Amino acid sequence: MIDTLSRMMRTGILTETFPTRNAASPQVEGLQRDLRKILGRALCIRHVDAGSCNGCELEIQALNNPYYNLEGVGIKFVASPRHADLLLVTGPVSANMEEALKRTLDAVPDPKLVVAVGDCGACGGVFGNNYASRGAVANVIPVHRTVTGCPPNPAAILEAIRSAFIEA
Amino acid sequence: MHELPSNLPCKCTKVGALHWRRAAEKLHAAGGRLLTLWGADDRDRDGRFRIYAAYLLNEGVAVFEHQMEQGAKPTYPSLAEIFPCALHLERAVHDLLGIASMEPDHRGWLRHGGWPQTVFPLRRDFNGNSQFSIESQPYAFVQVEGDGVHEIAVGPVHAGTIEPGHFRFSVVGEKVLRLEERLGYTHKGVSKRFEEMSQKEGHRLAARLSGDSAVAFSWAYCAALEAIARTTCPLRAANLRALALEHERLANHLGDLGALGNDAGFAFGLTQFSRMKEDLLRVNEAAFGARYLFDFVQPGGVAVDLPESAPRLLLDHYLVLEEGVSCLRAIYDNHAGLQDRFREAGVLRQELAEKLGAIGLAGRASGVPIDLRVDYPCSPYDRLKPKLVTQTTGDVGARVQVRFDEIFESLRLCRMLLQDSASGPIQTDCPLATPGQLGLGLIEAWRGPVVIALESGPDGTIRRCHAHDPSWQNWPLLEYAILGNIVPDFPLINKSFNLSYSGHDG
Repeated sequence: MIDTLSRMMRTGILTETFPTRNAASPQVEGLQRDLRKILGRALCIRHVDAGSCNGCELEIQALNNPYYNLEGVGIKFVASPRHADLLLVTGPVSANMEEALKRTLDAVPDPKLVVAVGDCGACGGVFGNNYASRGAVANVIPVHRTVTGCPPNPAAILEAIRSAFIEA
Repeated sequence: MHELPSNLPCKCTKVGALHWRRAAEKLHAAGGRLLTLWGADDRDRDGRFRIYAAYLLNEGVAVFEHQMEQGAKPTYPSLAEIFPCALHLERAVHDLLGIASMEPDHRGWLRHGGWPQTVFPLRRDFNGNSQFSIESQPYAFVQVEGDGVHEIAVGPVHAGTIEPGHFRFSVVGEKVLRLEERLGYTHKGVSKRFEEMSQKEGHRLAARLSGDSAVAFSWAYCAALEAIARTTCPLRAANLRALALEHERLANHLGDLGALGNDAGFAFGLTQFSRMKEDLLRVNEAAFGARYLFDFVQPGGVAVDLPESAPRLLLDHYLVLEEGVSCLRAIYDNHAGLQDRFREAGVLRQELAEKLGAIGLAGRASGVPIDLRVDYPCSPYDRLKPKLVTQTTGDVGARVQVRFDEIFESLRLCRMLLQDSASGPIQTDCPLATPGQLGLGLIEAWRGPVVIALESGPDGTIRRCHAHDPSWQNWPLLEYAILGNIVPDFPLINKSFNLSYSGHDG
């Protein structure tokens, strides 16, 4: 126990702030503070992997590490779409996941937003469209915001979540 | 029998239907393991379908090729009785090529109704860009009957940031009587996509078969291509590839150790390990130019050399990381609550692991001593002499210990790689392979051996490319490891294997 506590003390608080990319914003504060102001500590995200290679998942998981500290801003990943405000969708949508993705979206209560993550989610990426892949997420469900990158880094994903709300 | 181009010693033998099965029996008796199985449509060339099986033996890899009769209905004897992990592979071959094994289970494995049953996407006459509307079909799970038995269906969308797949539990109370997995949800038609790409760009797709094994898959692809193009990458490039591969192993092990602590109710572990993983990714960005090294390994070498400041930065980082992991290991090992969850959970005994063909990390935790880096070291591992890490108990705790030990071993290898000051070119020109050549690339990824079987087409095209993730072997292990455990332990046991859905589904 003493080792655990001493490790915690030595590690300290690591949470960083990230500048917003939106230069038009009059006060360029930290991205997290911006999110807190817009959302009031109350955003629930449901992640759906619609066929990704699992690269984007690694960066989405990183959002929960102490540096990005998503829960500290009041953003939570939830286990059910029925608890969610926003769907974070990765991957080119595989034919085998098309129906599951549509059903998950249906289960999210209105109003709802969809952010497509990664080059694949944005345009199909290296997989493109074929017999087993529908390509971009927007080909299957309405998308409010996309973030490109293979995989996009955690700050870019945060930024996309922020701008989805500003535009909505 | 002839030599096959590969980064490992590799031989290919052509056999008839009778010997296809007999050879498998012989190899099984001699301790051989099935690495992968794939089919090809060569009707445009000689009117035949072919099926290939690659086995891992003491002396290297043996590939068996069986060509089917012209014009007859394409079938071949099943290997599933001898090597149980062949069953899913055979079902996948049937979905993609319409070559049926003589095993009666032909339920769609990769095909869930996304394309008609009469259409076979990997056949030459199929246009990869055709799209079909989905026709969901019921899947016949094996039913368990009896007093108080009920089913729990989980997935394909899971409660977490993980990939999609379906698990069907048959339980009494909380105890699991049976688990049946249904995978294939992330099938993206990768094999067909390869055939539209040139040899020089295939590594980009290979890296995205399973994002957490990007370096391993792109290296395996490049190894196969370089073997059939009769070239070798420079020593400096081989060192950098190995450095990137070990970093990939470190990052995944750190992530898993954190998640395993968290799944056993120890959130402190997740916080600490995810911090260490993030630190490593940032060091990756400073040294290699990217957090995840998707496009680092390229045909003929690697994309960039390390900046001059990198060796110092990396060596310093290894010291910090080693201290952190040692400290966390002591905390994990001495935490009674954590050990109570880890020990005797999800046990896979050695005998069963051997029978099921367990491979890679999960195999080593059950006392199956295979590691390509140790057993068949290709450059630069031949100079590094990695140590084999094994455990015998086969429980979650064993899979945790293997990860800890491999972190320290990887750090040792990374240090050696940085001390090896071989300078020189990081890239050599990789010529186009002459048409019709088959080559194999095998690399020990963090999860186990990944295999790429690459056949060249004319003018630098890819005729056929089969990619294999060790998850094919190890997904069925989970169905056994969970038996007799309680449902709430499933996330922990599943995480201790941490298998790839995307790498498996293709």
